[in-house]
Amino acid sequence: MASSRQSEVRIAADSIPVSGRVDATLAVVGTPNSGKSTLFNRLTGLKQRIGNYPGVTVERHIGTLKVDDRSFDLIDLPGTHGLSAHSLEEHIAVDVIFGRMEGTNAPDGILAVVDSTNLYQGLFLARQLVELELPVVVALTLTDAAEMAGIAIDTDALSEALGGVPVINVVATTGAGIESLRKAIAKLPDDAVPQPASIWPELEQSVDRLVAEAPEKTRKSEIARLIIDGLSAPDDLLMGRLGITDHAAMMGLRERLFGTEPPLACEARIRYAWVRETLNAVQRRVQPMATWRSRLTDFFNQPVPGTIGLFVVMAVVFQAVFAWATPIMDLIDEATLALGSLVTANMGEGAIASLISDGVIAGVGSVIIFLPQIVILFLFIILLEDSGYLARAAYLLDRAMRMVGLSGQSIIPMISSFACAVPGIMATRVIPNRRDRIATILAAPFMTCSARLPVYALLIAAFVPQQRVGILNLQGLVLFGLYLFGIAAGVLTALLMRQTALRGPKPPFALMLPEFRRPNLQTVAIQLLGRVKVFLYRAGTVIFAVAVVVWVLAYYPRSGEAEIYAEQQRETVEQTLSGEALELALADIENTAAARQMEQSYLGRIGRFVEPAFKPLGWDWRVSSAVIAGFPAREVVVAVLGTVYAVGDEADDATLSARLRSATWPDGSPVFTLPMVLGLLIFYACCLQCAATLAVIYRETNSWRWPVFAWCYMTAIGYTGALIAFQLGS
Amino acid sequence: MDKAFLKGSGETLATLQRGQKAVISAIDSTDPLVQRLMTLGLVEGAEVERASSAIGGDPLEFRLFGSGISLRQEQARHFAVAKVSAAD
Repeated sequence: MASSRQSEVRIAADSIPVSGRVDATLAVVGTPNSGKSTLFNRLTGLKQRIGNYPGVTVERHIGTLKVDDRSFDLIDLPGTHGLSAHSLEEHIAVDVIFGRMEGTNAPDGILAVVDSTNLYQGLFLARQLVELELPVVVALTLTDAAEMAGIAIDTDALSEALGGVPVINVVATTGAGIESLRKAIAKLPDDAVPQPASIWPELEQSVDRLVAEAPEKTRKSEIARLIIDGLSAPDDLLMGRLGITDHAAMMGLRERLFGTEPPLACEARIRYAWVRETLNAVQRRVQPMATWRSRLTDFFNQPVPGTIGLFVVMAVVFQAVFAWATPIMDLIDEATLALGSLVTANMGEGAIASLISDGVIAGVGSVIIFLPQIVILFLFIILLEDSGYLARAAYLLDRAMRMVGLSGQSIIPMISSFACAVPGIMATRVIPNRRDRIATILAAPFMTCSARLPVYALLIAAFVPQQRVGILNLQGLVLFGLYLFGIAAGVLTALLMRQTALRGPKPPFALMLPEFRRPNLQTVAIQLLGRVKVFLYRAGTVIFAVAVVVWVLAYYPRSGEAEIYAEQQRETVEQTLSGEALELALADIENTAAARQMEQSYLGRIGRFVEPAFKPLGWDWRVSSAVIAGFPAREVVVAVLGTVYAVGDEADDATLSARLRSATWPDGSPVFTLPMVLGLLIFYACCLQCAATLAVIYRETNSWRWPVFAWCYMTAIGYTGALIAFQLGS
Repeated sequence: MDKAFLKGSGETLATLQRGQKAVISAIDSTDPLVQRLMTLGLVEGAEVERASSAIGGDPLEFRLFGSGISLRQEQARHFAVAKVSAAD
């Protein structure tokens, strides 16, 4: 056992520097919803470093636990039901446990977290953990809930059944038992390896023989997994270490051990037979008290109340994300504008002032303006996850999602994408099936995100008449239609992908449905902080960089002629006008000058260059420039339209609307006709104009193939849709 | 092993009524997803209670040693059961 080793400082992004040496690295392993993360947070508090496992997007949480003068690194692993991995997160957990994860210390011991309300599955995992030849401490969590449910557990008998490991009762939410657990953890690296009684002699004999013959030292548990789980690519390495070069020999061994039955099925039968026997010995059930949890669970268990409840929950989340966030977003918007004006007022004109006010401040502003919605959205998702409701939502919507070739687990990514596709795509990690996951990732950006709203609002206010259709408002109806359009496009995309490139068996579905549970505040806070950090880091940096690049394209090159002309105009009006009239005239001159600068800027030139491509859609160079500027971040379009139509980039919608309505082609015909506006809206509803989303698709799929495909596919659909709308309508 | 349930006859997890309890008697384990369900504890000898279903009767929810587990009709059919109590 390594008594001390250099700790890892691999991920620089947001990890707190580590104090140097740790005495041991312990893996915290438990089934999903076992209260593992709450216990982890209880033990390590804020002394956590959050990073990523290399090559994948699963977060790595490492916390430090100090007991007396010893310091331990605790790795909070994703929840897993066993050592035979099915999802990406389970693969990570298993690889870390076996010390196969690059950049993460092999654990010197295991903290096994067992949910005492679900000993049945908890013992299945715990049994696999005590066979690892590593010292193990078992923390029995949720003992208060178990008591309420009428479950009494004999910890001494449990300890004996698990080969003599310490078993500690804890209630992570109140802190009961934490001190004893800390003491047990401090002794862990010196503890003996558990020696559980054999339950599968045939397998063990085969493993022993292979270990004896192996040229390199190899762990028995790893060989047992190789035999059971079969021969996937990474196992060839293990086979090499074992000195087995012959797949046929391995196949022969498997056949002798398992016959024609699948090895996993054999393992499950043997282990659960032991689990049932152990349960009889260690667990006693008394009459449970009726708890609010079980009553609530029972009520929502009925199909109809459950589904109604789900829609209420979704409505509350939507209401919160859009209504509660709006006042804060307005404040941020105003603050950004005020700060920008302040810079212009104090630094005057010039490139530096413009870079600071229109590039940097506007860029930072466009990042933090998303924060209120993101924080509220994350808060609700974490609350729903922690209370056990998320699994139930997936279960209730599974049938509907299956019709489009997805499963219930795709629903949360989809709902999240109505605020922003970035957290939506990040939320696809829980989907075990890769095809299913990618189909969800490709469908998510079609959902109407909050960055699309300003564009929708502007165009609808300007071109859809304020009139009532029955009791409904036509403008509202069009907005609602755009939401439905986004959903339909996403659903059709998922369906199409599942029938073509991502064709495969129907996505599997098996979910544990935990009882409702009061979320733990500390856990919620720590998770929220972590996710917001990741969002700021992933999306924030991209959005900010995009704002600066767009500024450069729209600012350079400067036209001296336009500046001189504006200067002359200014002098003229200053001599002839005064008071309010003068201010209006000056603002007008400034806006006209800005529009002229924009016209001959790189952005304007690009707009003119691509105009022929967009002309069939009815767009002039101004609209084309705004659309081009919006490709890396769609939310800048309104500001660019404001500048290019010479009303200033801070103009309110009414001013800009009026200007848009009066915009004409050189021949005098209006640019913004109804078919053209409809096409523009369709274009916006479809196109993937968001570099942050592209970046996150790249990170989540670990390949450029999918972001490139998504971009081309969505742009093609948007273009075609706009073309059809304009050509048919005109 | 008795595989009569494969031909659609006999009780399976999919035919249980709400509130009925049963013990799993045989499993058709060829489907990898069924193997996954077995590692979650749906093995021969385990007592299961049909708890609920989503609207339309699919997926189904069962209680397994006090925990909720949901699976679809098409997987539930792979588990043959012997009833231990009548529906409430």
